[in-house]
Amino acid sequence: MKVEYQVPGGDFDRAGEASANIKKLLQRIGIPADVIRRIAIGTYEGEMNCLIHAGGGRVVAEIEPEGTVIIISDQGPGIPDIQKAMQEGWSTAPDYVRAMGFGAGMGLPNMMKCSDDFNIQSKVGEGSTITMKFLYK
Amino acid sequence: MKLNEVVTKLKLQQVTSFAKLDMVVQGGYVSDLLSNVMGQAKPGMIWVTMQGHHNIAAVGSLIGLAAIIVAGDAKVEQDAIEKGNDNDLPIFVTALSSYDIVGALNKLGVTNEQEKK
Repeated sequence: MKVEYQVPGGDFDRAGEASANIKKLLQRIGIPADVIRRIAIGTYEGEMNCLIHAGGGRVVAEIEPEGTVIIISDQGPGIPDIQKAMQEGWSTAPDYVRAMGFGAGMGLPNMMKCSDDFNIQSKVGEGSTITMKFLYK
Repeated sequence: MKLNEVVTKLKLQQVTSFAKLDMVVQGGYVSDLLSNVMGQAKPGMIWVTMQGHHNIAAVGSLIGLAAIIVAGDAKVEQDAIEKGNDNDLPIFVTALSSYDIVGALNKLGVTNEQEKK
């Protein structure tokens, strides 16, 4: 099963819709609660990144019998130095975003920690794609 | 300890509208950084924060928290309350600072350790 959601750029009122919908869908299917929690956290972090840094993006969830793959892509500015971006505490988020408790430089590390497989591709001026795999183990 | 006991003992004021507060609290966490909460807080915990915008309800619901306490008389936005109600996540307010409310929770035995049942 494949579902797809658009992430609106800069719209904090609609932030988290994709992850909330994916969570509900997985709950209906009967995926273990701890796996759903990991998927929801990883997806939410990705959604927020699209919203804050890239003017929006797209979340795709591929729900398979063994696991779920979440692909989060945007056509934003891209990440010049992925290694730096993966460091906890490193962030380019603006102050108004930080004031809301986002932009602490923990999003990407959180996504890597909560997924079973994490891949990030990014090109400056073209955008970024993150692929996370979650197994129902 | 059950959530309704915590609410009574700490005189927490609920801004959402849940009558059934008999879930067992699994511990507590305090932070105003949302990603930090998502990385560290566990299901069934109480989260203490001074953030009052509606994304706290989204984060709390994704983790499966027992409740959120917004400390220091910080304002809870109406859409946070609505989102809390939609997601079965009670939100409380207190005039106590984050420091003081966490101290009080600790005294009640609500700690960062998952409660062993």
